[in-house]
Amino acid sequence: MVDVGWYMALAAALFFIGSVGLLLRRNALIMFMCIELMLNAVNLTLISAGRALNDINGQVAVFFILVVAAAEVVVGLAIIVAIFRLRSSASVDELSELRG
Amino acid sequence: MVEALLFVVVGLVALVGAITVVMARNPVHAALGLLATLLAVAVLYVVQLAHLVAAVQIIVYAGAVLTLFLFVIMMIGVDRDETTDETLPYQRWVVGGVSLAIIIFAAGLTIFGDFVWVPTATSTLPEATIGTVEAVARPLFTDWVLAFEATALLLTIAAAGAIALAHYRRRVS
Repeated sequence: MVDVGWYMALAAALFFIGSVGLLLRRNALIMFMCIELMLNAVNLTLISAGRALNDINGQVAVFFILVVAAAEVVVGLAIIVAIFRLRSSASVDELSELRG
Repeated sequence: MVEALLFVVVGLVALVGAITVVMARNPVHAALGLLATLLAVAVLYVVQLAHLVAAVQIIVYAGAVLTLFLFVIMMIGVDRDETTDETLPYQRWVVGGVSLAIIIFAAGLTIFGDFVWVPTATSTLPEATIGTVEAVARPLFTDWVLAFEATALLLTIAAAGAIALAHYRRRVS
């Protein structure tokens, strides 16, 4: 059996790659995919910890995260489409008119 | 032994897919990289006996979410001329330095400290974590039934919000 630490390390690597992409990319769609990547890394962490602790509640938590992620994708993509209709661009750098 | 081999192969697939998401110029390639990562993570769920969650991952993520992503990519077109110029000065250096410090701190904590990832098992039953439908549904509908109903409300609101956003038209004054 693979030690739970290796799963945690893989999840950390996936989370790191996702956060790097979120910071580097300017395309709103790619940034959204990076958020999904980070959510998946957290899910992997929960499953591994639940397995190591012999606790089913880790899988229940992943179930809830999946539901929230699905709702987030639906609303987020609708927002991206709505923004694209107004300005025909998916670049987040051009969405800078909110001023204090 | 089999689990170790599977972990190495599938973990590499997940990492390559994740790097593809970040590096790909074409958003369709990024979506395919995301698909590879999602399927690899689903395999890792099966390895760790979370069968229901693995099935839900494939159906919801690889099925619904990724289809939605591809649909939106096709709808708003593939623009490759993405600028990578930084508008905030020194942002990359600051973020890179902070991340490096966190990585060194965590690695030092793991290697030199007596840090353990997961303390001890709370249940002695080895079958407690086999993620069959029944095993996941029992706590879901007893302990977490309120949260479960809240997710139903959340999904309804999300669907209504998405439809409202998609139907949005600017008032012609």
